[in-house]
Amino acid sequence: METAGLAGGFGQTERTDRVRMALVEKNGYEDAAFRISEAQAGDYLALLKPRVMSLVVFTAFVGLVTAQVPVNPIIAVVSILAIAVGAGASGALNMWYDADIDAVMSRTADRPVPSGRVLPGEALVFGLFLSAFSVMTLGLVANWLAASLLAFTIFFYAVVYTMWLKRWTPQNIVIGGAAGAFPPMIGWAAVTGQIGLESVIQFLIIFLWTPPHFWALALFKSGDYGRAGIPMMPNVAGEASTKRQIFAYALLVAVVGVLPSVLGQASATYGVFAAALGAGFVWYSWKVLRMPDADRVMRPAKALFGYSLLYLFAIFAALLLDSIAARLGAPVW
Amino acid sequence: MEDDKVSLTDSQKKARRGRSVAIALALVAFVVIIYVVTIVKMGPSILDRPM
Repeated sequence: METAGLAGGFGQTERTDRVRMALVEKNGYEDAAFRISEAQAGDYLALLKPRVMSLVVFTAFVGLVTAQVPVNPIIAVVSILAIAVGAGASGALNMWYDADIDAVMSRTADRPVPSGRVLPGEALVFGLFLSAFSVMTLGLVANWLAASLLAFTIFFYAVVYTMWLKRWTPQNIVIGGAAGAFPPMIGWAAVTGQIGLESVIQFLIIFLWTPPHFWALALFKSGDYGRAGIPMMPNVAGEASTKRQIFAYALLVAVVGVLPSVLGQASATYGVFAAALGAGFVWYSWKVLRMPDADRVMRPAKALFGYSLLYLFAIFAALLLDSIAARLGAPVW
Repeated sequence: MEDDKVSLTDSQKKARRGRSVAIALALVAFVVIIYVVTIVKMGPSILDRPM
């Protein structure tokens, strides 16, 4: 529980001091607030978390296509772009707030703010500016339901997850996972103007996939999270409990992944493919569950982390192809 | 008064130029997007209105 206490102990002043110290230590700036920026355009692009953004673009696109509503391609492309920029903006806000803990984790130490290339205030303004523009653009181009969902997603990720849950509870990524799960629902809402059951299931697939994905990472990076004072599940509840929970969520993901076919939203071919992918997820999670406590290399956890990325991509690609086949009237069983 | 001036190093100038180009490109892209979307949503007849 030490880490949870540590996490709760971060005050705003202490955070600001830690960011400034990181800047001074790395760059020798006496007063980091008054310097001429050497930030490249690429540093600002990095603030948008391009890799997360690519997943957002893909899942939002799947939500948009599976809605099976005719839509002007330009409206579709601009809507996806607005969703992507909104997601990127929440990433910039996350990097602004988390610069102190990013600085002490090996995975994130070279991000633009902890490395001193971009000042925290610059990241904050950049994030707020892009948030407002992306939400307004989506509202004007698509509809205000989709724009409201995008605004809520940004708020949920930047405020509820980053500022509140992340440093407070080991359920941080369980609840916070909702932020990453919204994009297909936003894509769906952008073309239909409503929230359909199909988009709720796509939301659930990502929502339930998030805990095993991040806990697999947290297992082999628990030292990093512990140093940063983030109460991830392995640091708080222990590795044994985390492994059991990973397995339980993997079972849920496997079941929900098949639902589109069971409910008649996708073909039986999709159902068989999703079941096979889900079985793989359960198998990799089982290997993690059986991983000995003495195993510090944690190959099964790394394998599950890799497979989880493949799973999410494959299941949404399958939904996409199935939807396109149905639209073209292809004889899919 | 000469001492009050801040002279930028080469890397600062290069970085500033890069940022300026990026902002310009983003602005142009935004203008094009709004222009095209306006025509798509309202149709070409938007230009045929009585003055």
